[in-house]
Amino acid sequence: MSDITELLPCPAPVQLLAADGTAVDPGEQAHARGYVMPAPEELLAVWRAMVVGRRFDAQATALTKQGRLAVYPSSRGQDACQVAPVLALTEQDWLFPTYRDSMALVTHGIDPVEVLTLLRGDWHCGYDPRATRTAPQCTPLATQAVHAAGAAHGLTRRGTDGIALCLIGDGATSEGDFHEGLNFAAVFEAPAVFLVQNNKYAISVPLAKQTKAPSLAYKGVGYGVRSEQVDGNDPAAMLAVMRQAYAHARSGHGPVLVEAHTYRMEAHTNADDATRYRTADEVDRWTGQDPIVRLQAYLVEQGHLDDARIQEVRDEADALAADLRTRMNAEPTVEPLELFDHVYARPTPQLLEQREMVRSELDSHVTQQEMESAR
Amino acid sequence: MSPTTYAKALNTALRDALTEDPDVLVLGEDVGALGGVFRITDGLTRDFGEDRCVDTPLAEAGIAGFAVGLAMQGFRPVVEMQFDAFGYPAFEQVVSHIAKMRNRTRGALPMPITIRIPYAGGIGGVEHHCDSSEGYYVHTPGLHVVTPTTPADAYSLLRESIASDDPVVFMEPKSQYYAKAEIELPTRTEPIGQAVVRREGADVTLITYGPQVAAALKAAEVAAAEEDWDVEVVDLRSLVPFDDATVEASVRRTGRAVVLAEAQGFAGMGAEIAARVQERCFHSLAAPVLRVTGLDIPYPPPKLEHTHLPGIDRVLDTIARLQWDDEPDLTHAPDEQEVSA
Ligand SMILES: Cc1ncc(C[n+]2csc(CCOP(=O)(O)OP(=O)(O)O)c2C)c(N)n1
Repeated sequence: MSDITELLPCPAPVQLLAADGTAVDPGEQAHARGYVMPAPEELLAVWRAMVVGRRFDAQATALTKQGRLAVYPSSRGQDACQVAPVLALTEQDWLFPTYRDSMALVTHGIDPVEVLTLLRGDWHCGYDPRATRTAPQCTPLATQAVHAAGAAHGLTRRGTDGIALCLIGDGATSEGDFHEGLNFAAVFEAPAVFLVQNNKYAISVPLAKQTKAPSLAYKGVGYGVRSEQVDGNDPAAMLAVMRQAYAHARSGHGPVLVEAHTYRMEAHTNADDATRYRTADEVDRWTGQDPIVRLQAYLVEQGHLDDARIQEVRDEADALAADLRTRMNAEPTVEPLELFDHVYARPTPQLLEQREMVRSELDSHVTQQEMESAR
Repeated sequence: MSPTTYAKALNTALRDALTEDPDVLVLGEDVGALGGVFRITDGLTRDFGEDRCVDTPLAEAGIAGFAVGLAMQGFRPVVEMQFDAFGYPAFEQVVSHIAKMRNRTRGALPMPITIRIPYAGGIGGVEHHCDSSEGYYVHTPGLHVVTPTTPADAYSLLRESIASDDPVVFMEPKSQYYAKAEIELPTRTEPIGQAVVRREGADVTLITYGPQVAAALKAAEVAAAEEDWDVEVVDLRSLVPFDDATVEASVRRTGRAVVLAEAQGFAGMGAEIAARVQERCFHSLAAPVLRVTGLDIPYPPPKLEHTHLPGIDRVLDTIARLQWDDEPDLTHAPDEQEVSA
């Protein structure tokens, strides 16, 4: 059993940078846990990834308007939560994302077109989970929490010191699988780190209707899990806290739960009308908390960033978006017969029969087209 | 040779799988020191350690989801759901993830997970301990569903399930745990996907599986002794994949078919079997395909389970309804040609 003070989160969300970009003292407990201002190069990398990520996010949103994506859940505003935790992962670690975490996947180095495959509708998972050490994006809420616990335990059993990072929303913390995942990870002392991106809403339902807990981070305490809360719009604090969480998990001390207080600036998805459940005032208040503006102000003020470099990264982001646009505008090739290829390692006779039926339908369709074009 | 129970055969299969493959892990509630409530995992923790036969927290979604994560790291988890109805909390993980992960990832993340479920009734259990839950799983693409009825099949199908790169829902009829046979283990029987004729007969095919195979064989004996009906009994063994060939060949020969399943009948496995037989053997049939199933009620309290369970009398009554006066016209061309013409 751990001492409860070891488990309890800091009394207020950990912050290293104020909204205007000035450095702040995070307080005694944060010092004790080793949350220190990351080095300038590290912060520059986070800043760059956020600029690129946000441009990607804007481009993906635009693609829904052109009908190129069936749906897109934006993570604008959550940029620091999407980027810093992923940059702090090592080659051995695994990532367990959800539908909202596209920016995190892009930061993780996955080709943006592959990231959007699920949402474009040509396959369920566009990337190779083994090669990228990234599980498919989970749509049923919180189910990935137990996968992350199992995978983390598996990584330890394999003798690696890899960890599993599980990204999860605030609404999803009400689901049973979230609790089962935390509890399993704790009991097995599995190196899983759960990052709750508390963006204040589950579609339209505010956090107050999900929980009475003073912070979602307290949910770890009952399971014996080290817990923390952090300002999710502070990229420096995000990096510092996640890095310490990974170190804790990696050194065999079991899982960590981190609640990041942040805000989703866009609607739940392009199909949602956010004006029905939140006020323009509220959105304005969060606009002043922008993680990119905040970190950029700090880096410029410290002399680590200048206009030339800012322009350079903006151009890089625009190039990525242009490339994404071009490639997404090409019609994806889908192969109907592939529907039968991955249902089983050993397909059933019934499935083989159905495959044959579809094949002959396709063949006769082709023949008909040939006849028509010959006419 | 010595008499081996069905339960012992399962225990030996787990033991042999754990010995041969270090990636095999057994997970579940009470599977450790207790050896499972049915003692199927008896002694495994003692002999292989609590890292290989693992007592988990009491959470079925957790068990199934944890197995998903382990499978992602190359392990072959064998999970025990303590009873049929207690598998429902895990349903989401089973149907949305275990069944679909291979497909979602185009084969990159196979889920070689075996989900053992003691199921069905006839043991005087209280509610939530006797459900025939196979229908939920057979309706889910991506899962294999098998249900052995003999000690030899119990051993062989469990070894094959654990070795399979596909997830297998392994349904153990509780009423058969103490069934005995003179067998030598290890043994290999027919593979997953193949049905067997447990008793040959010329007049009617009784198609069944799992907990009702024993009842079917008894009914066939009574039918022969009292009515002079020669009943063939087909034990499906595997529900997914389904062995159309064995069923079809038998029904073509006998010209009559009765499906016997313990599960409630409406929209269940029995309906699927009846439809398949009717589609494939229509011109060989002298009578409609009939079903004998459990009632369409929640599993009844123990003192009433005999009312629910199909039973020999219902089987015989149903066979009696097969229009015995009209002999089937078996000179008719085989169905295959009819269908393809
Ligand atoms: C089990 C389940 N129930 C319902 C849904 C439908 N749904 C999709 S997103 C969502 C809200 C999730 O909110 P939250 O966990 O806070 O994540 P966010 O979308 O804010 O990132 C709901 C209810 C779902 N995907 N899965």
